[in-house]
Amino acid sequence: MLKDFGYIGIFLLFAIAIPAGMLLLSWALTFVRVRPRKPNPVKYTTYECGMQTIGGSWIQFNFRYYLYALLFVVFDIETVFLYPWAVYFKQLKLFGFIEMLVFILILLVAFVYAWKKKALEWS
Amino acid sequence: MDWVYDLFPKLHAAIEGWLRSILPPSIESAGVYIVMGVLSAFLLINVPLILVMVLIYMERRLLGRFQHRLGPNRVGWQGTLQVIADGIKLLTKEDIIPANVDRWVYNLAPVLFAIPVLLVFAVVPFGEEIYLTDLNIGILYIVALTATSTIFVFMAGWASNNKYSLIGAMRSVAQLISYEVPLVLSIVGVVLVVGSLSMREIVDKQSIPFILLQPLGFLVFIVAVSAELNRSPFDLLEAESELVTGYHIEYSGMKFGMFYLVEYIAGLAYSAVITTLFLGGWKGPILPQYVWFVAKVLLVFAVLIWIRATLPRVRIDQIMGFAWKFLFPLALINIFITALEVLLWPEGFPAWLVVVNLGVALGLLVVMQVLFRFPGATRHVVPQALVGRG
Repeated sequence: MLKDFGYIGIFLLFAIAIPAGMLLLSWALTFVRVRPRKPNPVKYTTYECGMQTIGGSWIQFNFRYYLYALLFVVFDIETVFLYPWAVYFKQLKLFGFIEMLVFILILLVAFVYAWKKKALEWS
Repeated sequence: MDWVYDLFPKLHAAIEGWLRSILPPSIESAGVYIVMGVLSAFLLINVPLILVMVLIYMERRLLGRFQHRLGPNRVGWQGTLQVIADGIKLLTKEDIIPANVDRWVYNLAPVLFAIPVLLVFAVVPFGEEIYLTDLNIGILYIVALTATSTIFVFMAGWASNNKYSLIGAMRSVAQLISYEVPLVLSIVGVVLVVGSLSMREIVDKQSIPFILLQPLGFLVFIVAVSAELNRSPFDLLEAESELVTGYHIEYSGMKFGMFYLVEYIAGLAYSAVITTLFLGGWKGPILPQYVWFVAKVLLVFAVLIWIRATLPRVRIDQIMGFAWKFLFPLALINIFITALEVLLWPEGFPAWLVVVNLGVALGLLVVMQVLFRFPGATRHVVPQALVGRG
């Protein structure tokens, strides 16, 4: 088992080296004058379709996204319970089936509540 | 021609035998492990990087044909070198870092974005004996890795300090996490049938491809995948007409190229996962296993291109509603239908169940389609409430 993860560790080194290497290569090309570098204060302003930038962007944001994050946490944790159950389902048989049915039904109450409260609507 | 079939296992055995003959006994097992690991990892990392060029070329050509134009056909034979030309162009472009960005996060985001997507290939079985490792938690590992991309998208959008990129990133996060739930749930059906999370075992158990036994799970999965990949019809975060390109708007040169590349590598990774989970992986007659696998991956990606070329972009409220009100219940129903079937036939499914499952999937889709209505879906005007919302 540990040997399997060891391979992933080796693979991780390559997975880091490839994207980092690409960006470093691009950066190194500046010094052999292949990649241009012509600084200009206007060039480094924040893009806003050619208009002058008004204020910063690190501001308060629409509350709507927060609800989705909450829902995601609830239902993604549910899936954490579903995976081991699915793997051992053939051993658990009917007991496991009813057990999970009850669990999902409890969560479905929350889902229906969220739906009725219009947490799933965008506007 | 027999050597074609077991090329990689034979190569592995030959190199391993040679290593054992030259290494001193004291470091033999460790040395063989590390050298073989490095060699296989090097071989494997090239697979997505080469295949991704094929995918980009394929997408641009096919999209061209779908839109009644030629697509790239100037560089090299039939435009085959276009991808390399674009790569060189991006590599030599000036690197513009806007003055207001958070430099560390801004520069790290493209690198970090690529790592989990590349790591997925560690557990993808290209053939019965052609894989880097066969983790016993294979599919869970993939789900966990692909879920992290949300963070890096948000890193890029937030660090850019640009309103468009922030809105794009926010939308992207909302969409990614919403579609994460049906995506993960639709895999549970497959896990139920197989009784294991290992990718190799999932392919082993597919005497009938799971696309036939799990049609509902497959449909939910492929829709969720095209949303996770930010492809049309779910490419709202890079809506050119309103957000310009979304979270990578302030990136230029190779950093932009990185995002572009990783999007396609992710497409490749998800196509490989779909092939493994639903299309029987390496299984197929006559041709070598890895050829079958790559052919199926390209076929899946062609279907994704087809979806992209056919469907128009949908509104954000429709996207979110679709994930939570349509796909999520369907995925749950799929789990319980599958569980019931496993309960009834624990030793393996009879072939006629394919027809039943296809019928059930079709019936459920029709029922859900009738139940699933948006307020204002029949009106042809844009609701005033939606104008000007981010």
